[in-house]
Amino acid sequence: MTVSATAIPQNSTLDHFSSILRDVLSRPSGAVGLFLVVFHIILALISPYIAPYDFKEMNSTMMLADPGINHWLGTDHLGRDVFSRTIQGGREAMLVTGIATPVAVIWGGMVGIFFGLVGGRLDEVMMRLVDAFLSLPWILKMLLLIVTFGTSILVLVPTLAFIYGIPVIRIARAATQDVVARDFVSAARARGNSRATIMRRELLPNVLDSLMVEGAMRWSWMLLAFSSLSFLGFGVSPPTPDWGLMISDARGFMSFAPWGVLGPVIALSSLIIGINLTADALAKSLGIDRAQKATV
Amino acid sequence: MNKSSIIEIRDISIGFTGRSGHTLPVLRNINLTVKRGETVGLVGESGSGKSTLALAAMGYLKRGLRILEGTCHFKDQNMFTLGRTELEKIRGGKLGLVPQNSGQSLTPTLRIGQQLTEALRLHSKLKSEQYHRRVLELLTQVRLPDPETVVVRFPHELSGGQQQRVAIAMALAGEPDALLLDEPTTGLDVTTQAHILELLRDLAADTGMAMLYVSHDLGAIAQVCDRVMVMYAGEVVLEGTTRQVLKAPSHPYARGLLASIPKLSDPHLPSALKGRPPAPGGAGNGCAFVERCGIASEICRSTRPSLASGPGNALVRCHHANLSNRLSMTPDGKKVCNADPNAEPAIYLDNLSIRYSKQSLINRLCGKKDISPATVDNISITLTKGETLGLVGESGSGKSTILKTVAGLLPPANGSIVFGDGENLPREVEQRCPNHLRRIQLVFQNPDDSLNPRHTIAEILEQPLKLYFSLTGQALLERSTELLELVRLGAHYLDRLPSQLSGGEKQRVAIARAFAAEPDLILCDEVTSALDVSVQAAVLNLLNELKQKQGTTYVFVSHDLAVVRALSDRVAVLYQGRLCEIGPAADVYSTPSHPYTEVLLNAVLEPDPDIRPKLTTDDVVELAPPTQGCPFQRRCPRKLGKICDTENPPWQQKENGHSICCHIAIEQLESMQFEEINIEPASA
Repeated sequence: MTVSATAIPQNSTLDHFSSILRDVLSRPSGAVGLFLVVFHIILALISPYIAPYDFKEMNSTMMLADPGINHWLGTDHLGRDVFSRTIQGGREAMLVTGIATPVAVIWGGMVGIFFGLVGGRLDEVMMRLVDAFLSLPWILKMLLLIVTFGTSILVLVPTLAFIYGIPVIRIARAATQDVVARDFVSAARARGNSRATIMRRELLPNVLDSLMVEGAMRWSWMLLAFSSLSFLGFGVSPPTPDWGLMISDARGFMSFAPWGVLGPVIALSSLIIGINLTADALAKSLGIDRAQKATV
Repeated sequence: MNKSSIIEIRDISIGFTGRSGHTLPVLRNINLTVKRGETVGLVGESGSGKSTLALAAMGYLKRGLRILEGTCHFKDQNMFTLGRTELEKIRGGKLGLVPQNSGQSLTPTLRIGQQLTEALRLHSKLKSEQYHRRVLELLTQVRLPDPETVVVRFPHELSGGQQQRVAIAMALAGEPDALLLDEPTTGLDVTTQAHILELLRDLAADTGMAMLYVSHDLGAIAQVCDRVMVMYAGEVVLEGTTRQVLKAPSHPYARGLLASIPKLSDPHLPSALKGRPPAPGGAGNGCAFVERCGIASEICRSTRPSLASGPGNALVRCHHANLSNRLSMTPDGKKVCNADPNAEPAIYLDNLSIRYSKQSLINRLCGKKDISPATVDNISITLTKGETLGLVGESGSGKSTILKTVAGLLPPANGSIVFGDGENLPREVEQRCPNHLRRIQLVFQNPDDSLNPRHTIAEILEQPLKLYFSLTGQALLERSTELLELVRLGAHYLDRLPSQLSGGEKQRVAIARAFAAEPDLILCDEVTSALDVSVQAAVLNLLNELKQKQGTTYVFVSHDLAVVRALSDRVAVLYQGRLCEIGPAADVYSTPSHPYTEVLLNAVLEPDPDIRPKLTTDDVVELAPPTQGCPFQRRCPRKLGKICDTENPPWQQKENGHSICCHIAIEQLESMQFEEINIEPASA
């Protein structure tokens, strides 16, 4: 019986991520979650080409029709095909949140790592400001900003990125504080590395795991927030299909035509469940216990 | 089954299923009997399976492990067939455990009295009104002064030694028949260690408990154990009385282990065992030690030796036990002495004082001066080029603090640091220029903590090379490889991550990183204390070799006096952040010495059952230095009187630059200490 030598990775970062991916896929929650997320992303990309009807094509003779051969999920109150609108209804939401999430994680992460490294009074004051900001209900902050600046995509992306970057600061700072106390950071300081180098080279690689999980979580929160805004009429403007908007439109007919609500609800919840499952599996693979983290 | 045996483990093998699907053994065919009134020591390096065996004696296996064969009895009960409730009754009751780090095993939010009462409620038949009296009895039994006040304390209000005593008291609460001690003194100061061991020895004699003492420290084992089992790669390789095992071991591994321990009485460098122990399941068909053995032959590769009676009736697992006395068991490494009193100075520490406490805002506004004594005060040391200065002292003596200040990580409150060429070193790291930083390098205690787990070895080494020498491309690669070869690792380590290296290899990388800067001065902060003894010996030898090759100046900080002696040319003894004594190693380690140095030297544990530590002072831990007088006034066994409390002791010079800071005249100290040494053996 001999012991085989341990494999030597050629590229540590790439190897790190591919091994994490393998581990995520080996977990049932990770496999299901990742399948759902990838499915939704692909659907969003190709749906305009495979949709059987134009999403704005109205048919006054076929209002609130039952599901059938021609309209798989029936039609809405303007006679538009619910199936075509459902598969295209996530495009806007995923585009906006897909841009806003990385922006939120990057700026929140950078600020959080910086405060974690600097510490002291500045950190103390800034974190109290963050706490104060987080104590306000998100919808209030969001509506305030949107009412002030409008609802175009150019406003929505920075708004979402700003609001959802704040809790990332907390997570990144907490993760950084664990690392900052370790000797390799002292070694870098004693060596004469600049603060920026210490943040980038010593801290970021060790905080990245927490940030990845946090990013996945923020994405699902943002999707919900975006859909809520649409539901309230502040998101996407008609006739562009959007799940939140569709649910809002169809909820009045729910008693006799539940199809109109069912399609977007299933679509939205399956995407969010998928993201959450992936985030859970990711956290487990990385050894981060999300149950211990504060919910924000 | 023998009536008098308390713990009886028969032919036990424990293993786990590896990734390949094979069963990999962690322990192989181990027999262990502990009789009433007997203390058995279990020695081995990390990974030898000693803790697994001790836990198995409690009927506990770590996750993933399973019994392959054999049985484990406590008195008449087979531990692995018992149900949960029965086990709960035995564990902590008749079979007590004293864990390694008691500070972590005590509940931080419960007072000591409450924790002990809980143990009594679970494991004794006392009535509840008797608890308090019994708690006080237990605390007295473990010799905690003033038990009434300890009862209401929280664990964090006690020192490490006191916490360990409370843990022992807790284990005693159930009036156990057997006590398992898992490295109970590791991590404690030498004087505290000696006190705890004395307590354990007396407890064993008074109560007639069976004790199983697990440790990597042969010095501790020598003090308390009647019999010793030496474990290697999951096997018992040598079993016998303490004297047989430590005085004339007949197994090559045990001899190698003894040779790798630096000894106080011996200024030689310890010799390291080559190679590393096999991984679980990697021992093959032959002897597990064959790759590292100096007397291995063909038969050792093909046949696994059995545990048989060897020389002196000890049980040995070796084909050539009779030849083993050819192997040296004393340290024989040559210490390189670069120290030349006439050499140019490398660095001056001039009157350094360091404070951790910050003044409150109100005091500062009122313009009040901080009058509390500084954490580290009045440190003036001149280091000459190429010399190694050892800095010793117990925890809290300010050794690491001084290193941090020299490295610029902690600005001093007062005093200055000046290079030998007269260049003044700015106080803070941010104000120092790259050349200043390059000239002073720091090696940390724990390589797991000082190497970024996300960087490959190449990335770790390239940081100083890029920063100080702007090396890139081929030159960078060549220099990195050169550095790895300097610390006797190869270029194939470049792509590895720290987690793929053993502890010793990691520390070598950390040393290579320090040498990458081509520094004048290397600060070594307890660099071997996280390592196994055989690995420690290798690292000490490496540092010694590099000292010769590179002519570097070291400041070597350690709590282990023998390690310091093995490497240092000069030694400085610190107590409460103040220098007590400084001088050439040979002079400091012999009489006359400062009373504190004497206390330390007396408390050192030698791996020899015939040398007992002498306890001349109690193991009280002081949290702050006294405001005036001698820093050692409160614990000094030779205290003169009032003068020690009120006046700072003078520095008294002896020859060779050996000086002692004490009120007692050097001649008087010498005669006092000389007398004791000469009287002691006669009375013993």
